[in-house]
Formats: sequence, structure tokens, C-alpha cells
Amino acid sequence: MIRIVLPAHLRTLARVDGEVKVAVAEPVTLRAALDALEAAYPMLRGTIRDQVTQQRRAFLRFFACELDLSHESPDAALPEAVATGAEPLLVIGAMAGG
Amino acid sequence: MSRVRVLVGTRKGAFVLTADAKREQWDVTGPHFGGWEIYHLKGSPADPNRLYASQSSGWFGQVIQRSSDGGRTWETVGNKFSYDGATGTHQWYDGTPHPWEFARVWHLEPSATDPDTVYAGVEDAALFRTTDGGQSWYELPGLRTHRSAPSWQPGAGGMCLHTIILDPSHPGRIFVAISAAGAFRTDDAGKTWQPINRGLRSEGIPDPYAQVGHCVHRIAMHRSRPGVLFMQKHWDVMRSDDAGESWREVSGDLPSDFGFPIDVHAHEPDTVYVVPIKSDSEHYPPDGRLRVYRSRTGGNEWEALTHGLPQRHCYVNVLRDAMAVDSLDPCGVYVGTTGGQVYASADAGDRWAPIVRDLPAVVSVEVQTLP
Repeated sequence: MIRIVLPAHLRTLARVDGEVKVAVAEPVTLRAALDALEAAYPMLRGTIRDQVTQQRRAFLRFFACELDLSHESPDAALPEAVATGAEPLLVIGAMAGG
Repeated sequence: MSRVRVLVGTRKGAFVLTADAKREQWDVTGPHFGGWEIYHLKGSPADPNRLYASQSSGWFGQVIQRSSDGGRTWETVGNKFSYDGATGTHQWYDGTPHPWEFARVWHLEPSATDPDTVYAGVEDAALFRTTDGGQSWYELPGLRTHRSAPSWQPGAGGMCLHTIILDPSHPGRIFVAISAAGAFRTDDAGKTWQPINRGLRSEGIPDPYAQVGHCVHRIAMHRSRPGVLFMQKHWDVMRSDDAGESWREVSGDLPSDFGFPIDVHAHEPDTVYVVPIKSDSEHYPPDGRLRVYRSRTGGNEWEALTHGLPQRHCYVNVLRDAMAVDSLDPCGVYVGTTGGQVYASADAGDRWAPIVRDLPAVVSVEVQTLP
């Protein structure tokens, strides 16, 4: 299981508290992680990635292990610590605007 | 005893206001979807407990919510709004071609007969429909692919399809309005569309009488007389007596004919309401006085309705979807402001009182009259 930390508004939308845990088959990539997240929580479809283009929304970033993975290929392997569940994948909303 | 349920969309959530037919004591619930922009929410005429809400955010995109119990509980439904086929281009603000990009749903218009059928007006301008209660949405592409579409340009708020009127006497007839392309009508359920802007005059475009390019802010119709339409254009209040084939100005003696909303009394098809705003660069009421204007003659002759509305130091706006009428007798009228007030009149506009004063900026107001 991998651990994903969502922004507060998406936790509310998904009706979850704290971290979300989802099972992801090898290889553990960002795409696979988000696919698993959206399969478990269909209400999140379109809120992290555009429904049509599947591109990351402009005001969101993906952090893990003190790295910004936002501009990595979605098919690149996530850090081993994320794949094993030792560290969470953070979905971060830009701190901007109201 | 009848009740009313007022559905309020704001910049930071939705609120549901309910009262009995006296419309004096109000119960307020919300915010629903706190922190999200709620451009519009509306109930199904066929099943008043079925509500739909457009929830959006600059961070997280578009979500559609559905309630089956009058707004007590909600569930997310489909939010995939994919243009049908090649998207083509419209004009950007600088006149260059710009591809159609979905941004948000501005307006939801449920069918009069089927609670699972809803039309959605979106930015960039297009019309979508669901027939499964919002689970899936399909574009009616004939509008976006109209031959004039490459020349459409956005208004300051985006190129939005904000008005949808389903003609109760012609099942295939739909009126829509787009800022800043103008008004359009289909008579074949959305397959083909024609611009209906003859008679409109707009100084801000190269040809003031052009077939398209007018910044129409809102259109209203009385169900008993669907061939008569009233329009609040950017500037000018207009009227059509032939289902949009031609328009004539009925601004008459208004202190300003700029404004956003327009609506028609529930029982008097020639009684019309507008909220004059000083100008397009000063989005507040003339003289700092919030006045709803009422015409009982189908336009041209207007009276200021001020009793209970702020008459000094008032600089709020009333946006295009933020006026509604109930169908009680006497007819109730409701306006929501960008200052967060929702004012109600239980006597067709003669006297007003705030239901709430301190909501986030109000984007939309709808009313349901319940048995």
C-alpha cells in the first residue's frame, strides 16, 4: 500500500480524514498511483488531473521525500520509500489566492 | 401550506434558505461545499427534491453535485465535459485564434419533465446534456461548431454560455446566450442553431449591428408566453415578440440600462424586473442606491423599488444569475448581491428585507416553490 496525503478540500470531497492508502501494482509510478486513487475514490476524477488531457492541474504539485516530482514523467518510478509506504506522496495545492 | 426553498451559490459555497409561504422566518443551512465556487444550483421541476450544483475551483476544476433530498445530502456525479470532435478555435481577447478549453459550468437547467435530464452551459461556450442524472455529459456540438463560432470572443468574465431557456411550448426549441457572442436558438433540440440578435446594437464591436458578437447578459421568458423574451444586454434592456427573430429596446426611463439580471413576474407576463448598474466599468448601482426596477408594461416604463433596500453607500453588484421569482401569490422576488446579502420581497417587489446579510459574494439565486 502506498500513502497519499491530499489537500483539505479533496479530503472533504473524498470524505476521508488523514492519509489515504491505496494498493498499487508494480511498477509504482505517479500515473499508477493516481489511477489507483481515482479508482478507489471516483469523486476525485478530474480534480488532480484534467479529465480529458490527464495533465496535472496547474495549481497542484506532487512532492515526496523532499523532492518536487511535478515535472517528472508520470510513468517514471516513484521513490522506493513511497512505493514501500515508508513515505507519503503529497498532493499539494498552491498557496495562492483566496 | 406552501414553502419556498432559495438556492444560493456563492464564491465560497452554497446555502439553502427555506421559509413558509409568508416568507418572513427563514431557516439557513450551509455552507455546502465550503471554500468552492458555486456558480449555480437548481432544482428539477419534475422532482423538486432533485437538485444539481456546479462546484468549481481554480485548483481542483469542476465537480457536479446532486441531491435527492432537497439539499440535505449530496453526492458527486460525473464531471467529464469533453467537447465532441475537433475543438476548433474562437478569438482570444487580442483577436488571435484560441482553442476551445473547458473551464467550468456556469448554468444548469434541468428538464421540466425528467429529473435525470439536465442541460449545462459551460465556459468555453458550449451546451452539454445529461440524461442519466449527471453521471455522463454529452455535448450538443451544433452550437460550438456554428459557422460564426471562430469569430466569437470572450467577455471579461470568460466566454461563457450562461443562459439556457427550454421553451415549454416547443419541445425542440432552446434559447441560449453567450458572453460575448450573443443569443442563439435551436428549433431541433440542439442539432442546428441560428443567431437571434437582429435589432441589438452594441457600440463596442466593429459593426454595432453585427449578427454575432453582442454581450448578452441575461434573457428571461414567462412560461405562458414563450414567444416573448426580455433581455438585459451589456447596455440596453431589450424585448422580442417573435422568439428572438427581432429585438427592440425597452430601456425607457431607467436611470442606467447597464445591468446583469432580468426576470419576469410569475403571474404577470408583462411585469419585468431589472437591477440597473451605473456602468460597465463601475459595477455598482447609480448614486450608491440599490434599486430594483419594475415595469408593469413589458418595458419602457419603469418604477424604482426601494423600500427595504439600502439607499445610501451601497456599492454592490447583482450578477446575471442572482435574481429569481417564486410562484406564490403574491409573487416573491429575490436578489443576491456581491456583498453577500440576499434580499427577498414577498409582495412582488414593493417591500424588501434581507434573508441573510453576510454570505460570501453571491453568484446565483434560484427559488423553488414547494407544496
